Amino acid sequence: MINQSLKFKDKAREALADPHLRVALGKARGSFVNKRAELAAALPEFERLRDEARDVKNHVLENLDHYLERFASAVEAAGGQVHWASDAAEARAVILGICERVQARTITKGKSMVSEEIDLNDALEARGYTVVETDLGEYIIQLAGEPPSHIIAPAVHKTKDQVSDLFQAAHGGSRKTTVADLVTEARLVLRDKYFRSDVGITGGNFLVAETGTSIIVTNEGNGDLTQTLSRVHIVTSGIERIVPTLEDVSLFLRILARSATGQETETYTTLSTGPRRPGDLDGPEEFHVVLVDNGRSRMLGGPFQDMLRCIRCGACMNHCPVYGAVGGHAYGWVYPGPMGSVLTPLFEGLDGTRDLPNACTLNGRCQSVCPVRIPLPEMLRELRHQQHQQGLMPPAQRRGLGVWRFAAERPGLYQFANRLAARVLKGLGGRGGRIRTLPLAGGWTEFRDLPAPQGKTFLELWQARPQKPEEPR
Amino acid sequence: MSDAPRVGLFATCLMNLFRPSVGFASVKLLEAAGCRVEVPLAQTCCGQPAYNSGDYAAAQALARQVVEVFEGFDYVVGPSGSCMSTLRNDYPRLLADDPIWGPRAQALAARSHELIAFLVDVRGVQAVEAAYPGRVALHDSCSGLRGLGIKQQPRLLLDSVDGLKRCELADPEVCCGFGGTFCVKYPPISGRLADDKLADVASSGADTLVGGDLGCLLHLAGRLKRQGSPVKVLHTAEILAQMGDTPGIGDGHED
Amino acid sequence: MPREQILSRIRQALGRDALPPEAAAALDARRPAHTRISYSDDLVERFITRFQSRAGTVARVACRADLPAALAAYRAEHGLPARAAIAAPLADLPWGLEHHPGPAGQEEVLGVTGCLAGIAEMGSILTVSGPAHPTTLNFVPDYHVVVLPAAHIVRHYEDAWALLRARPGGLPRCTNIISGPSRTGDVELTIQLGAHGPRRVHVLLLEAPESAEG
Repeated sequence: MINQSLKFKDKAREALADPHLRVALGKARGSFVNKRAELAAALPEFERLRDEARDVKNHVLENLDHYLERFASAVEAAGGQVHWASDAAEARAVILGICERVQARTITKGKSMVSEEIDLNDALEARGYTVVETDLGEYIIQLAGEPPSHIIAPAVHKTKDQVSDLFQAAHGGSRKTTVADLVTEARLVLRDKYFRSDVGITGGNFLVAETGTSIIVTNEGNGDLTQTLSRVHIVTSGIERIVPTLEDVSLFLRILARSATGQETETYTTLSTGPRRPGDLDGPEEFHVVLVDNGRSRMLGGPFQDMLRCIRCGACMNHCPVYGAVGGHAYGWVYPGPMGSVLTPLFEGLDGTRDLPNACTLNGRCQSVCPVRIPLPEMLRELRHQQHQQGLMPPAQRRGLGVWRFAAERPGLYQFANRLAARVLKGLGGRGGRIRTLPLAGGWTEFRDLPAPQGKTFLELWQARPQKPEEPR
Repeated sequence: MSDAPRVGLFATCLMNLFRPSVGFASVKLLEAAGCRVEVPLAQTCCGQPAYNSGDYAAAQALARQVVEVFEGFDYVVGPSGSCMSTLRNDYPRLLADDPIWGPRAQALAARSHELIAFLVDVRGVQAVEAAYPGRVALHDSCSGLRGLGIKQQPRLLLDSVDGLKRCELADPEVCCGFGGTFCVKYPPISGRLADDKLADVASSGADTLVGGDLGCLLHLAGRLKRQGSPVKVLHTAEILAQMGDTPGIGDGHED
Repeated sequence: MPREQILSRIRQALGRDALPPEAAAALDARRPAHTRISYSDDLVERFITRFQSRAGTVARVACRADLPAALAAYRAEHGLPARAAIAAPLADLPWGLEHHPGPAGQEEVLGVTGCLAGIAEMGSILTVSGPAHPTTLNFVPDYHVVVLPAAHIVRHYEDAWALLRARPGGLPRCTNIISGPSRTGDVELTIQLGAHGPRRVHVLLLEAPESAEG
């Protein structure tokens, strides 16, 4: 999708003014946060599991070339095919090539953030294929013509009423108003699509180097129907999603659902190893894995390598107050919230994403819940550093920082300026003790009064304090 | 007394400019805990605004200045989780590559403490001599909570205050939306987060909101006062030091 | 070639060439022992509790010969027709209904399969695809009935991996780990069962020490 991160401020304002969004996000926040907290508290091993998960991911990144090659050989040994894609265009070309060769018409899709990242749906539809998203959330936003607003709950920004309207417009018939009826309606509509599907495209939560297995972890079973009933199964996955062995998979299964949706486990963990085998009564005739780099290898060996540990659980956005206020669309690209604010500038460039690293209070809650302990606030600060070095900081802010630094390095001047400010601001505050508007401080006073200072600075009062006689204690 | 530790008070920018009473409350609490308190006059800012804005060079310059000014003290203590987290967590990282300043920053970090955590964890204070007749909600500032592990210490001391009834917030770990320069760069988002926090305060039934960081408190008080709320906002230290009758942040005064 | 391009970019970033063979062999021999979730509950009890906590149902069945009666009871309880896709290894039993070994078609209501193991850790069954177990039986019918011998319940995922590795031919095309019926929370985070996969999953827990896969 076209990166719209530069419109962050406008989109955030719109989002804040949207009452439906506020309701939807409020529900999500409560649900995800509380459930995760309960499960984390109930599992004595949880923190140790997080440490181990971090270490395994680091180990993989240090040996990524080896594990990718091992994975590729194992897939091929199982009769599957591996395709390497340096960027989004190569990934699209590979998939379009497969679809063309097998003369596909209908393509079903399980949830895949990489497919969003490489703009796959538009490319497929432009070639005339019928593309059906089958994850209920993805299906809802496909009907709405919107991108996902959350990496694991793509339609989390929609209220039930909005879904009712979308379904009625798309399916006709009576307007379904209960969640049960809406889910049943989608089930019936999508059943038909699975059975007509030529190519099924899913993501991959984990790629197991040892066995050449790709794994999806889901609740709905749509990914399974997608890949089982299609003639061809294509997995799209980032190159960093490799884990060495099945033993490592167990580790991640223990933390993924707990961190993501606040469940002990998701309903389905599906390990796919190659295509249909002799004697099999079902399953795809072809099995392809598209390994997508698209900027990931650039992150290796630098200050952002830790970001490649991400397992796409969404805990960071579930716990992010800014995400909770503005929702995912404000971020303007595929990945929202804290992980998106790190990834988007790295994938799409610092210049077109200036707000993302800054639209964060550095409160650190994301890091405190990240199952693989990615230091997200540090990375956002590092992106600010790179913005500053590349001259991307707004000029007014840059000048202000310069003036402030000049004074702060000169205690006499700094304290003089503070004494002056204390008096002026106290005067402006008057008896009320607060200032409602202040030139150049609109950023503060748009939403809040400025509490007036007490009148003199602490340092001057301290110097003027009556000296206590030295008393023995 | 020779065994009384020599404490350098870190007079944070916001305390120095907006709320000297918090500085005096800090001194009072530190002295009551058996410390000798000094206030170096050559101090300015910890440099966090520069660090968080990505201007590492400026942050390093100010970090070196702070390291130098506070080098002789047994402890550096400040009434702010945010500034003290900068000294403790960020300075060693900022100056890590500097063979001279790196070790000095490490040494300073090890001696740096947020006021209330220092009182409880280092000085073993379990209770204070103070009274405050009010229902008090405590705002856990994020840098204190997650940067320095400050959670139980202020609750312990507040619960020892005579007449004080503490009201726990429903979601005490969520950010109030201050975030340093964030609050002026993204005012509508910051305002929404303040409103969410203040709604939590309102449903807690508190008549007083306290916290350990003046940044959050100025932001929350400013929003409360804009809404005409009577809730009084104080720094935790003011209540603990029996200075709870000071006019609240953003409240009017007599003189 | 993108493959070489990507690998060389990775090696450049890591500041080294391809790993020497001994280092590669050491990595391939790596078999980590990660922390497992410790619990002391009885395996069968743990499996049942956890599986039920995810809206799965369990009925205990004394021996293989009792399976048809147990299925009949389940069908009666849910008003299911006398037709099912029943995996081949179970086809020899006198089910008393019309059945075929799969795959499951669009109108399939009931699928009956075995499984390789139950995993007590989080209450899951593990199935392996093959001629004896078409994957569609797990996902297409509204009702999935799984025969699980109690003796096949293992403690942790790791124990199940060992079983998978021990199979002739190693991993099957498709390994499914299933914890209860299909569910979604995609509309206002309200949990709704039966999103795309089965609306109900019912385990017939075989007490007798016999294999369900035949």
